[in-house]
Amino acid sequence: MAHFDENAKPFSHQWLNERLAVDTLKRVMSAEYWIPKNINFLWAMGMVLAATFGILLVSGIFLLMYYNPSVDLAFDSVNYTIMTEVGYGWLWRHIHGVGASLVFLIIYIHMFTGIYYGSYKRGRELIWISGMLLFVLFSAEAFSGYMLPWGQMSYWAGMVITNLFAGGSLHADGFVEWIRGDYVPAQAFLSRFFMLHVLLMPLLIIGGIVFHFGTLRLPHVNNQDGEDFDFEEAAALWKSGNKKESKVIPFSPVFLSKDVFVMGVYFILFFYLVFYHFEFAMDPVNFDPANGLSTPAHIYPEWYFLWSYEVLRPFSTDVGLIAFAIAQVIFLTLPFMDRSPNVAPANRRGKFHIWFWAMLADMLVLTFMGKLPPEGIWSTIGFVAAIVFFALWIALPFITKSEKKL
Amino acid sequence: MKELKILGIVAAFTLLLYWGVEPFAHSQMHKHVEGHGLVYDGTADIEEASKDKKEAKKKFWAEVADVAKLTGDATAGEATYGMCAGCHMDGAANMGGVTPPSLDHAGAIYDKNFLIALIKDPAMATNVDHKYPNGTMSHPMGSISAMVSAPQDIANVVAYLQKEKAGHVTAKEAYTEACGRCHANRYGKLTQLGEKPKTKENIKTGQDIEAMKFTQKVAEEQNALADYLGKLPPDLSIMYRARNEHFLHTFIENPQSTLAGTAMPRTGLNEEGMEKVMEYLAETGDPSAPARAIAGPWVLGFFVIFTILAYLWKQYQWRDLH
Amino acid sequence: MSNRRDFMGMALGGFTALGGLGALMAMKKTWDPLPSVKSAGFTTIDLKDYKENELVTEKWRGKPIFVLKQSKELMAKTTDETKKRLIEVNGDHYMVCVGLCTHLGCIPGYDKANESFLCACHGGVYDATAMVTKAPPPRGLDIPPFKIEGTKLVLGGTCPEYEKMLADGTTLKV
Repeated sequence: MAHFDENAKPFSHQWLNERLAVDTLKRVMSAEYWIPKNINFLWAMGMVLAATFGILLVSGIFLLMYYNPSVDLAFDSVNYTIMTEVGYGWLWRHIHGVGASLVFLIIYIHMFTGIYYGSYKRGRELIWISGMLLFVLFSAEAFSGYMLPWGQMSYWAGMVITNLFAGGSLHADGFVEWIRGDYVPAQAFLSRFFMLHVLLMPLLIIGGIVFHFGTLRLPHVNNQDGEDFDFEEAAALWKSGNKKESKVIPFSPVFLSKDVFVMGVYFILFFYLVFYHFEFAMDPVNFDPANGLSTPAHIYPEWYFLWSYEVLRPFSTDVGLIAFAIAQVIFLTLPFMDRSPNVAPANRRGKFHIWFWAMLADMLVLTFMGKLPPEGIWSTIGFVAAIVFFALWIALPFITKSEKKL
Repeated sequence: MKELKILGIVAAFTLLLYWGVEPFAHSQMHKHVEGHGLVYDGTADIEEASKDKKEAKKKFWAEVADVAKLTGDATAGEATYGMCAGCHMDGAANMGGVTPPSLDHAGAIYDKNFLIALIKDPAMATNVDHKYPNGTMSHPMGSISAMVSAPQDIANVVAYLQKEKAGHVTAKEAYTEACGRCHANRYGKLTQLGEKPKTKENIKTGQDIEAMKFTQKVAEEQNALADYLGKLPPDLSIMYRARNEHFLHTFIENPQSTLAGTAMPRTGLNEEGMEKVMEYLAETGDPSAPARAIAGPWVLGFFVIFTILAYLWKQYQWRDLH
Repeated sequence: MSNRRDFMGMALGGFTALGGLGALMAMKKTWDPLPSVKSAGFTTIDLKDYKENELVTEKWRGKPIFVLKQSKELMAKTTDETKKRLIEVNGDHYMVCVGLCTHLGCIPGYDKANESFLCACHGGVYDATAMVTKAPPPRGLDIPPFKIEGTKLVLGGTCPEYEKMLADGTTLKV
């Protein structure tokens, strides 16, 4: 039974403590939330992602005030009303477009950091899985968002991606029409993807982020050496005043101060791109209004989907679809495909080190090929890179099983 | 320091990623077409022409060069211009698919050689002769080559244009005259028939019949254009962001070089004309450019100072931890 | 927590707050009415089309505008006070008012027989010059800003006659 002091002044520290346990919250969430000291700036990527998501949310709110989800009015509501008439409308649009691209850059950096340091093992499997689920949610959010300006790329990406669900030889055309709400991407399609982008996906993402934070709490954040140490002991050392010897730091204000510095550097890059260099995030092809009777000479997804797109392209329809489906989920299996018990940076894990850089290089090659026209030498390289992708995954359990225990 | 090494690796891969996806991929997708510095001497036309047309084009542009050497008499040209004014006037009718453009600033925005070539043979000058298998006289303006054929007459008219139909031209005027009769620009509130007039709706029913009549006229003009050209020329409101500046430049100079077989005629813009047209396209297509240029340094400056302060705070927090 | 003041932290926090303020100012501008909305705020009406003692409703900035050309009989009933509410153009007098009751915004109905306006919502009554004759409206119907151009009135513009109405309290700014 909670104890309430009648003499406590309303909204005073004691009063709030009795009702909201603010001191406990502060202790658990920041002042005594222990982070290893042995980390580098890559450990700040999580907060950078949270900040970017926040920026996308806020810029999205102001875009939402003026966006019109009608096939006749959508394009001009963005490219005329928001870009020309609305005070700072152009700024929110640029921020939103650049933010959507950068969030994926940071997601990939965050993801590969986790792979490099083994932060998906030994109690951290759910952190990894919840993170990969967030990747899927962000992908759905990005795709649905790209539909909204209703330019040529919006329309044809919508057409192509929904066609995937016909399942190749399954010819599930009825299913595709059901998804679209019409025979082709039209008003029904735009409206439902508007709903997804503005309401359902953001809610799921927020839930996913909370879950992701929850999965972090017990195993604690990893460190540069993958060392498994006693957090209680290290915390006690810190609290007794021996900050230098302790292996941990409190989230606030110590880790936070490093986080904020990294975010500052990130924001300089972010806003440089917003003001001076944004075509990569706002592709010219989408500045042609959607035309269902004319496909652009070159269509391609946003850069962060290219590796995935290239896994689909070089194969025959059915094989490609299966390959594509596997590629979407295979990263989720990493904690179980990696058969070695070692939690250590990749450079101490023998063949896994090679595997890491090979995977990174292969995904870069797939990304490049995904953008290039599927002709001549590019389609050959793309085909080889897609095979290598699957070969690497098949090899992973074998490589790691034979890894020397550290 | 180890962290700088890690930052270097991350930055290197990011830049590599950017290079492959943007400059490299785009260079492979779009072949680079060089312009001709807005010189209209038929070089590109002759180069691109099919074998059977090459000789005719060489002859044509050689004749143009000959006319260019003559000294034009603007006063005599004014009398000859009367033959042009009949079609090129305010409220002109649609002739076989297009409405003749206003020539109010023709002397200022069009190249001299181009103007000569245009009067000699509009289809050849604008490099769409391939669209007239029955001969270039069937071009809506084709008959001018018979009406004004003597080299001195041509030189006179061009001299008249350059003297009396020059003067200060705004970006909007340049666009309206050179592009506006085919290409609407809804963000600039321009239809193929100019700006929509202000009308008032019937307050009892909400119906605005005057506006509807104007919309109908524009629709009929668009139908005529599409029938004549094969498709409706696109609205250019945001073309400035849908294509890059180099593409627009080379395309406008010689549409055939980037879009072989297109129905779009060469416009013959000179440097000032091109500059003004691009200015207007930038106005409607990228109107926030000035605001970006102003706000950018402030925002970046803010974050530079923010980062410095953050670094100092981080130093303070971490001072006795290593 | 450190016993010494975290000056760097406070400096950073303060500077960040400045940035936040800038962001809020930009957001405020985003919320502002669009230029196309503000420029649509002008309506022209041609007074020579109106008939005496016949109420016509126009539209300005989305609101109804009552125009009532005063007949000689109506003019005979006006006082100095109520005459100030009328606009004189070419010898004729017109009542031009925003047709929204100054009480809570309903549209009053015109009773031609009684030459008065009755607001059905709470029973307010105005005379033919739209001056209040029965509570609860606090004042007569507001007069929109206008500019006289020949026989036309441009609602949304301004002119000395309108400025005078504002100055002597005949109407509030709308």
